[in-house]
Amino acid sequence: MAAKGTVVIDKERCKGCGVCIVACPKSVLALAKNVNGKGYNYSEAVVDECIGCASCAMVCPDGVITVYKAK
Amino acid sequence: MFNQDIVKPENLVYKRTEVLTDNVMHYCPGCGHGTTHRIIAEVIEEMGIQDKAICVAPVGCSVLAYNYFEVDSLGAAHGRAPALATAIQRLNPDKHTFTYQGDGDLAAIGTAETIHACNRGENIVIIFINNGIYGMTGGQMAPTTLVGMKTATTPYGRNVELNGYPLQITELLAQLPGTYLVTRQSVHTAAAVRKTKKAIRQAFENQKNKKGTSFVEVVSNCNSGWKMPATKANEWMVENMFAKYPIGDIKVDGELVQK
Repeated sequence: MAAKGTVVIDKERCKGCGVCIVACPKSVLALAKNVNGKGYNYSEAVVDECIGCASCAMVCPDGVITVYKAK
Repeated sequence: MFNQDIVKPENLVYKRTEVLTDNVMHYCPGCGHGTTHRIIAEVIEEMGIQDKAICVAPVGCSVLAYNYFEVDSLGAAHGRAPALATAIQRLNPDKHTFTYQGDGDLAAIGTAETIHACNRGENIVIIFINNGIYGMTGGQMAPTTLVGMKTATTPYGRNVELNGYPLQITELLAQLPGTYLVTRQSVHTAAAVRKTKKAIRQAFENQKNKKGTSFVEVVSNCNSGWKMPATKANEWMVENMFAKYPIGDIKVDGELVQK
């Protein structure tokens, strides 16, 4: 089944806590190998499986995740 | 980045609320404070009470809460947030005054103010973040610290003979006639966040209907104070904190639902 959602992560605000990675039911997210301006390994989508459930955005303490879902 | 073609306003499911400012929060990575701030702001946005909400910030990690909420805010002296909120709400009965306090602020130095504000049934919302430790000052023992829990001031674990028992102030406050809603929630999973948001929404609705004090405890993590990564801290919280501080409603619509 084709993926229906996507996440846009504000990587400069992400603190790399990894709470979103645990929350994702489809294991879409992982910490990047690169770091952002503050030295955190930010969270990013690594597989094309997002269903747009917004679980990651719900638990993100810094509100850096924006979620889209195809209608 | 995948599926860039669906990034359109009509496909938006979730975005950061406008009631939070653009400032980057100073909280540690993975701290429950950020999540709780966000859901309070979302509730304020959903209820359309941004111009009526007044935040009373405590002393503790969340002392700078007024930097993050796009609402009028005041900073109270340590522990005195319910007293200040009492004055604000009495003088402005149509506003939505809420205090945002940690366990060191609400359950230690501010116990008297908290208990009396709840006993008077002041029409305020109290959000209580319980992480069982003094986070900002470097992880000292708080009244809510679990028995056996290691902190900076109890390096061999909290000893009952020396330090007494963890204070379940939420259960204590539920016994007072002035409280209308007393509930304990958490913000470690998406489902828990949604439930907490519902509880906070109910608290503000009660305030609108002038029902009395609404008290929402949020059991949270303190990964710096507990000295573990954020996700491990959440697991530790589920295993240990929830045993002493069980999640659920304690008092709904002025009636005790849990003894």
